[in-house]
Formats: sequence, structure tokens, C-alpha cells
Amino acid sequence: MTAAAWLAAIIGGLGTFLERWSFLAVADRTAGLPEPVREALRMIPAAAMAALVAPAVLRGSAGGDGLLDLWDARLPAAVLGMLAMWRWRNVLAAITVGMAVLLGLEAIT
Amino acid sequence: MTTTSAPTSRAAALAGLRDISPIILGMAPFGLLAGVAALEAGLPAWGASVYSVFVFAGAAQLAALELLGQGAAWPVVVGTILVINARFTMYSASLATAMAAEPARRRAGMAFFLTDQAYATTMARLADEPGLVHRFAYYMGGAVSLGLFWQAYTVVGTVAGSAIPDDVPIGFAIPLVFAGLLVPAVTDRPTLAAAVASGVVATAAAGLPANLGLLLAVATGVGVGYGVSRRAGAPA
Repeated sequence: MTAAAWLAAIIGGLGTFLERWSFLAVADRTAGLPEPVREALRMIPAAAMAALVAPAVLRGSAGGDGLLDLWDARLPAAVLGMLAMWRWRNVLAAITVGMAVLLGLEAIT
Repeated sequence: MTTTSAPTSRAAALAGLRDISPIILGMAPFGLLAGVAALEAGLPAWGASVYSVFVFAGAAQLAALELLGQGAAWPVVVGTILVINARFTMYSASLATAMAAEPARRRAGMAFFLTDQAYATTMARLADEPGLVHRFAYYMGGAVSLGLFWQAYTVVGTVAGSAIPDDVPIGFAIPLVFAGLLVPAVTDRPTLAAAVASGVVATAAAGLPANLGLLLAVATGVGVGYGVSRRAGAPA
């Protein structure tokens, strides 16, 4: 492995750990955070999940043109996957239903 | 809710493993890719494992290896890794409010194994079960298992990578996991507004390099959700 690859792995890895540790390191002091900050932090799970899923669903396959595509089978697959999660509170159910819808729709179109 | 479905730390760790196991299966193609990408960048097979141990973040590893393959200077690679992984800072802040009672050493261990998946499963569980007592064990049961499988997938990817078929849309299992985990994260109007705003911005900004769209999206979502919460008066 080249020196550049080693340096990138070690310094990039150390920096990533510091990002992961940042607020957890001082978590024992978060009880004193003002209520507005705590309320803003409460938004992070919903915002993060939506940001991870929306582009993958709405912009089609990664190998596609990357344009907004509402008619792709991924949208109904994700919606029905979320309904399965809502009904059964089970990630495996969401994956199973979503993949079944995706593969089924791609097979008939 | 003060009762807990996991009365001992061992039961909680097993519950964490059980909840994350479908995600571990779904991320297999992504993990194999982390191994393949290292070979394509000209690294030895064990170099792929070095990246999976030190960086331990799929999107950042793939981008870093791509840049190394193009002969980029190491500070550029480090900068890209840190920007893509900046979202962990937000997860860390969010997780910190739930883990404030845990000792410092435990929190450092949690930080090392922090991933999108471990964060998402734990926050989903805490949304359904706010009184979860053995939350450290729950988190680590899932997070460490995922880490071990990530290493295994990387190694398999360096050995069998070229045998992975391209046309199977199994990769969509990863977005489906986050679509599923979005459901318990939306508990009221402010969190719904945060999700919608973040989703719109992430989709519009998906073309930005180094996952910057994701950071922009989460920041916007938090701002919009907070605004809705304030306009509604007292939070729910």
C-alpha cells in the first residue's frame, strides 16, 4: 500500500472517530442543554432517515440519468415498505415487502 | 413506558442483534463493493481491510478508494472522508441526549461503532420504548455485529468481487431499511415537517459532491422541523 493510502486511512479514520465521538464525549453535560437545542436535536433522526432514502427512491437507479423519476417502481416499493413497517414495526417486513413490490413491478413492465 | 422488553443486558444485546440482522443481510452488496473498490484502486486485498477497520463507513471508503485510484493527494482524500462522514457529528449529538447517563468509556466505544444503521435502529427502538434500560447493550449488540460483518464482507469482496451480478437490484434493500426506520422517527408534526423538508432538499441536491447534499438536507430538515415546533407553541 502506498504512503498516500496509509496516510488517508489513518488520518481519515482518526478524524472520522473524532466526528463520531464529538458530542458523545460530552454527553454527560447534555442534560444542561437549553430546551430549544434539545428540541432541534429531536429532529435529527427523521431528517437523517429522509435524506438517506429520498434521493435513492426519487432519482431512480444510480446508473440512470439521475433525473427526478416519479414513475420508477422504487417509489411504490418504498411507500409499501413503509406501510409494512408501520403495520408490523419490523425492518425485515419493510425490506421483504419493498423488494417484492420492486421486483414484481420490474417484472411486469 | 417504564417496563422494558429486555430485562437483562444480555437480552438487550441479543435484541439489538436481532433488530439489526436484516440490515446486515441487506448491506452485503455494499460491503462486498468496499472490497472490490480497494482492488480497483490498486490496493492489496489487506488494504481493503485496513480501510474497513480505520474508516468503517461505506460511502466514505468508496469515495476515498476512487480518489486514490485516480492518484489524488492524501489531504484531498482525508478531506473527502471527513466531509462525507460529517453526518456522524449530527448522529453523535442526537445519540448523546439518549446516552447521557452512560460512563465515558462506554460512550467512546459506542462512537467507534457508530454507523447510519446502528444509529437508526437504536433511535427507532428508543422511539417505541423510551424507557429501555440496557440501551448501551442494545446498541452495542447491533453495532458491533454490524462491524464484524462489515469486515467479513470486505474480505469476501476482495476474493469473490467480480462474481457479483450487476443487474440484481438488491442494492435497493439499503434505502428500504432507512425508509422503514423513518416510520418510527416521525412521531408528530415537527418531525414530519423535518422529514419532508430534508427529503426534498436531499433529492434536489443529490448531484452535489461528497454527500454535501445530505448535510444540507439534514440541516434544512432540522431548521424546518424546529420552526414548525415553535409555531405550534409548546412542543408535544
